[in-house]
Amino acid sequence: MKKVTTTLAGSLLALSASMTAAQADKLTFYCSAQEDWCQLMARSFEEATGIDVNMTRKSSGETFAQIRAESSNPKGDVWWGGTGDPHLQAAEEGLTMEYVSPMRDQLHDWAISQAESAGNRTIGIYSGALGYGYNTDLLAANNLPEPACWKDLLKPEYKGHVQMANPNSSGTAYTTLASMVQIFGEDEGFDFMKGLHANVNQYTKSGSAPIKAAGRGENTIGIVFMHDAVKQAVSGFPVKVVAPCEGTGYEIGSMSIIDGARNEEEAKKFYDWALSTDAQNLALQVNAFQVPSNKGAETSESAPDMSTIKLIDYDFKKYGSSDERKRLLQKWDEDVSVLPQ
Amino acid sequence: MDKKAAPPVLIFWIIAGWVGYCLLPWYMLEDGFLSFDWLVDGYPFEEDYAPALFLIGQGEKLWLAPLLAALTLPLFALRRAKSDPLYAGLLILSGALGFGWLIAQGFGIGIRGFNFNWLETMFGDLGDRQFGMGYGGMITASAFLFLLTQGIAARGAINGDVFVVSAIGGVIAIVTAFVFFPIAKMLFAAFVTDDGAYSLSVFAAKFFDDRLWGLGCLAGARCGAAWNSLFLAILVGLITTVLGLCFALVVTRSGFRYKRAIRALTVLPIITPPFVIGLALILLFGLSGTVTVFVSDLFGTQPTRWLYGMPGVLIAQTLAFTPIAFLVLIGVVEGVSPSMEEAAQTLRANRWQTFRTVSLPLMRPGLANAFLLGFIESMADFGNPLVLGGNFDVLSTEIFFAIVGAQYDQGRAAVLAMVLLFFTLSAFYAQRAWLGKKSYTTVSGKGDAGVHPLMPNGLAIPVMGVALGWALFTAVVYAMIIYGSVVELWGVNNSLTFKHYVTAFSVRFEAEGIRWTGAAWDSFWTTITIAAIAAPLTAAVGLVTAYLLTRQSFAGKNAFEFGTMLSFAIPGTVIGVSYILAFNVPPIEITGTGVILVISFIFRNMPVGVRAGIASMSQLDKSLDESSLTLGANSWQTFRRVILPLLRPAILAALVYSFVRAMTAISAVIFLVSAEYDMATSYIIGRVENNDYGLAIAYSTTLIFVMLTAVGLLQFLVGRVQIGRRTSFGAGRSS
Repeated sequence: MKKVTTTLAGSLLALSASMTAAQADKLTFYCSAQEDWCQLMARSFEEATGIDVNMTRKSSGETFAQIRAESSNPKGDVWWGGTGDPHLQAAEEGLTMEYVSPMRDQLHDWAISQAESAGNRTIGIYSGALGYGYNTDLLAANNLPEPACWKDLLKPEYKGHVQMANPNSSGTAYTTLASMVQIFGEDEGFDFMKGLHANVNQYTKSGSAPIKAAGRGENTIGIVFMHDAVKQAVSGFPVKVVAPCEGTGYEIGSMSIIDGARNEEEAKKFYDWALSTDAQNLALQVNAFQVPSNKGAETSESAPDMSTIKLIDYDFKKYGSSDERKRLLQKWDEDVSVLPQ
Repeated sequence: MDKKAAPPVLIFWIIAGWVGYCLLPWYMLEDGFLSFDWLVDGYPFEEDYAPALFLIGQGEKLWLAPLLAALTLPLFALRRAKSDPLYAGLLILSGALGFGWLIAQGFGIGIRGFNFNWLETMFGDLGDRQFGMGYGGMITASAFLFLLTQGIAARGAINGDVFVVSAIGGVIAIVTAFVFFPIAKMLFAAFVTDDGAYSLSVFAAKFFDDRLWGLGCLAGARCGAAWNSLFLAILVGLITTVLGLCFALVVTRSGFRYKRAIRALTVLPIITPPFVIGLALILLFGLSGTVTVFVSDLFGTQPTRWLYGMPGVLIAQTLAFTPIAFLVLIGVVEGVSPSMEEAAQTLRANRWQTFRTVSLPLMRPGLANAFLLGFIESMADFGNPLVLGGNFDVLSTEIFFAIVGAQYDQGRAAVLAMVLLFFTLSAFYAQRAWLGKKSYTTVSGKGDAGVHPLMPNGLAIPVMGVALGWALFTAVVYAMIIYGSVVELWGVNNSLTFKHYVTAFSVRFEAEGIRWTGAAWDSFWTTITIAAIAAPLTAAVGLVTAYLLTRQSFAGKNAFEFGTMLSFAIPGTVIGVSYILAFNVPPIEITGTGVILVISFIFRNMPVGVRAGIASMSQLDKSLDESSLTLGANSWQTFRRVILPLLRPAILAALVYSFVRAMTAISAVIFLVSAEYDMATSYIIGRVENNDYGLAIAYSTTLIFVMLTAVGLLQFLVGRVQIGRRTSFGAGRSS
């Protein structure tokens, strides 16, 4: 018995020594983009810097929840990807850290203004416009006209054919709600949501689920970010993407360093790297069709051309704040979601 | 009894306490339990790794100093006889003081100094903080606990049996820490306002929410999640009970030839990842599903989305839980003594009368049992509503989205969890209070050579029809799962391919050895490892508890039993939420580690181990223990040398069962996974979210075969007959 213990202790020591020798810097990376993109980012950063990356992928809402839950004892270092609102909210609550990257001058203006509106606690890494996509087979099978505008979706013939996410659980759907309020004004915007409610067959929990269902043929029209719809089309599903004629809102995918990060230096390295052209070009390898924030990064031919889309002047500061968000969501809950369908 | 030398157990725990205090790092290591960097990184003086003694020596964390006194006390007991009242007194004082102080300081001082305002007003700002307990803290805490139990034993509790008292103390401590504490913490979260104060009105506002109790569906809108869950659970309970009874009757009371094939159904729910059935149903009955398209072509009707919502969830749950009802009922139906039925027939009752007036009433408690199990399973089910729920909100998924959604409302999650817990606990309580007392066994030890009569024909035909129809449907659904895993892109491109398996499980052979290049390997190995660590621990805790329950009598035994079985009635989502709330902060700070997964599995599956243990231990005659004890063995030796070897089948069953359950669990796991420790099921859910059905189903199919192998191996090892019974017990108690 004694012998066993000594051998064990000896091997443990040897093991720990070897582990220390191989001990590298590390980074805990919270990722809110699609799985394969997250993995590619993590792997590429490891290759580029030799820093060990520990990646968790969760939706932006989930990640925000986690960061808030862990705020007294942060476990994550950097949070990359996902719609900008939760990043702004995290900045507002002081959950993320101020950082001005030396890479800034290479970025588009919208990415920088995102950072400035949040006191430099977050920054834009890609952007994507809201729109919808439809399953061409199902549309034809049901003899439906091709929609082109937001208001088209209110027509009674689309009853039971439209799907969107629940704004309570999805950042995409909240962007939709906030965009409608900005495009049509608050009263008319809510009238639009009420009209839409009559045609909606399901409020999904996740933002991109409606277009995925449309791809699989489980739904006809899905209100989503256009790059998500493009992805389905590129994957081989019969999906057509629409940029609504009235103009549309957009999201800025963001990145933040978590306040109190245990590996702050590594997080900053990641931050700078993620804003470089090399890192942003990786998106194309995984069919991510968002518009990158680095001016020099490549864009895909399949990506929606931002210059032809009528973008509204989306007020991220106002509609990203918790108070406005709470108010709009409560109004939606009370005035829209309870209506019979 | 008045030996001069101190008992070795006492010496062991005294040493353990000192080692934990003086040698091991007191606080949790940031790199996890399995990292040994601390040995070479400034130990023992570096503050992060220092043992408590060194911390105090450097003038830090002085609140750990009183523990020294508690550690010193038992040294004086060493030279006293066990019968000396001072011996017991010293140990009790030391254990209670040490353990109590550890808990008090653990909760009193947290990551931001004092946790309570009144402490701060009393002592002023602490200016220091502490993290969760590490090796040192844990071992010292255990040492105090077992010193305390030895003291209590020395005072004569349970005939002075140190092993039994320690086992009881240990089980109570861990059940309190990992079942009651998190649940209590969660209940408190329901009353917390946005700025951290406690308020009843917050609770009331969340509790009387329309999304919870609304009855809008009566008027065409939507109903609250609570009603939806309740209604669904009752329906699922009823339908699975009826179907389960049909299966049980076919197997025991008909001339059907392929009974073995039907019995094989019972293994399905255990080895099926929770949402796979939902996926297969979409592929069959979704808007573009095979059957839907076929039917609409045939009749020229418009396909609809009827599957999404209540109907889909109902079908999926019925498919998933019917085998469980079958498992429960087959035992009951077989247990009805043929001699009773023969007696009825001798008294000139025809087969129909016999069935209606004798067999069926004797089965009644079993039917109630099956119903309640179906009810609880349906309430707790998370995977199927997640995939098929549509606009039909149920409690288990609402809890999840209250936490993870953009709304992020822990309070609401806690309130929802309380409602769900109330439903399942009521059912659990009803099952125990109402069935526990009734004796419905008709099997006695006496020879019972009769044969069950066949069902009356009028009954046999519909019963066979229903059972075979449903069995066929189940088979089609499972065939669909396998087919779905080898199709290129479902509904769009139906050519066959192994691409999904390759993506998930490819390996490359290189000079340095095998490279696991597939996307699924990481989560796969994590899952296997965690499940393999959790399984023996689950079995151990379960069997020790079972031993205490069947072989010992002590005050509060009923409460003890209720406490250990409680976690069966706690739905996984509730466990997940409460674990996050309870274990993200000191003194037990384990979120984001593999440990929290292992612990959640142990306590989720422990009731099964307990049940399996009780079942087989009650078959062992008590005279075996007694003869061992009269021959001079103590109860630990008896347990180890006599009972454990006889329990081999139960141990194996508990092992395999908890292994398999750990691989298929999703509801609690989805809250607890982290970057390093991603589990198979949560990985699969991620693929489903990403529209990657091919990979998700391929992975699930692989899991099914892995688990089938595990179960098969068990059957091979223990023999067929006994397995049937054990697994049947296992699945019946699962959730």
